[in-house]
Amino acid sequence: MQKLASTLPNMVLSLTTISVVMALALSFVYQKTKGPIERSKQAKITNAIAEVLPEFDNNPVEDKLSVEGEKVIVYRATKNGEWVGSAVKTYTDKGFSGEFILMVGFLPDGSIYNISVIEQKETPGLGTKMGESKFKDQFKQKNPEKNNLTVKKDGGEIDAITASTITSRAFCDAVSRAYEAFKKGGAQ
Amino acid sequence: MNYLKEFTKGFIKENPLLVLALGMCPSLAVTTSAINGLGMGVASTFVLFMSNMLVALLKNVIPNKVRIPAFIVIIATFVTIVDLTMNAFLPDLYKALGIFIPLIVVNCIILGRAEAFAQKNNVLVSMLDGLGMGLGFTMAIFTVGSIREILGNGSFFNVKFVTEDASTVLLFIMPPGAFITLGYIMMLMNKLKSKLY
Repeated sequence: MQKLASTLPNMVLSLTTISVVMALALSFVYQKTKGPIERSKQAKITNAIAEVLPEFDNNPVEDKLSVEGEKVIVYRATKNGEWVGSAVKTYTDKGFSGEFILMVGFLPDGSIYNISVIEQKETPGLGTKMGESKFKDQFKQKNPEKNNLTVKKDGGEIDAITASTITSRAFCDAVSRAYEAFKKGGAQ
Repeated sequence: MNYLKEFTKGFIKENPLLVLALGMCPSLAVTTSAINGLGMGVASTFVLFMSNMLVALLKNVIPNKVRIPAFIVIIATFVTIVDLTMNAFLPDLYKALGIFIPLIVVNCIILGRAEAFAQKNNVLVSMLDGLGMGLGFTMAIFTVGSIREILGNGSFFNVKFVTEDASTVLLFIMPPGAFITLGYIMMLMNKLKSKLY
């Protein structure tokens, strides 16, 4: 077959046909993957909530309160109808590579139960150590009201990760944002 | 036409990353671990294979003057398919590779093979070329990722073989490590190539 000449009708027709066919293929794949993408996002949130709170028997995802749009959300957990704590999805944009998202679990008295990293783009081997227990366990049982949860360089009581002071600071920033939200929305 | 030769040329003789030095941006940026390198390589190979096949199939109905936009539409479609599929079924890897999956669209290896090879050759040999080039790229990027992960993080496929507190050569995880590693691999590759050909 001879190659099509570059006349205007030929070019318009050829490019339009290719675009339409490709768009159809894409919409098909989009339909197929939409469900699993949504599910894996949801699973991530529920797993994180379960990790940062003591045992509960309600579904915190249904008992949520958005404090700052979709970015900061307070999930309330109860057991036998009694409030056992709230998980706060929080973020910071001060990370070494921009934003990262944490889930911070607070007990009713305002102390931190556990923290889980949901999403981050920090430097592997350096900033990513924030997810390891050596760093994040420093926050456990501390109450942002009584303890100064900033890095030692800023006068606080958190040992920053070696060579990742920016990440450590951002982590503290996200935790304090979570506490603000907890006080505003979850503590009643 | 020698089919085997078209397939294997991407491994050493015309390795896209180490000899042609194409697609440097994703190769330097995402190779902080072996799994990232492998994931990126496999994703690129899929796109390369599919786009080479389609471009070779359609080469006669694409007028010459609009060939680049047509190629880009084809490539972008397959990249988006990879992007969505990975997001749905491999969310962790998807997150690690981040923006570099959509950026496969502008990876010069893919447009380069479409322009330089697939639009001039038949479908079968274009598919072999795409697969060979993709595998060559995957091998190279996987090697860089492995070396950087082993030296910089003391682990391989996320399995640590040093203690938590051990100090590793952090330089290799950081951007300069990518250049150093790639430089040495290129040197070895040139040595190998000059012996073989």
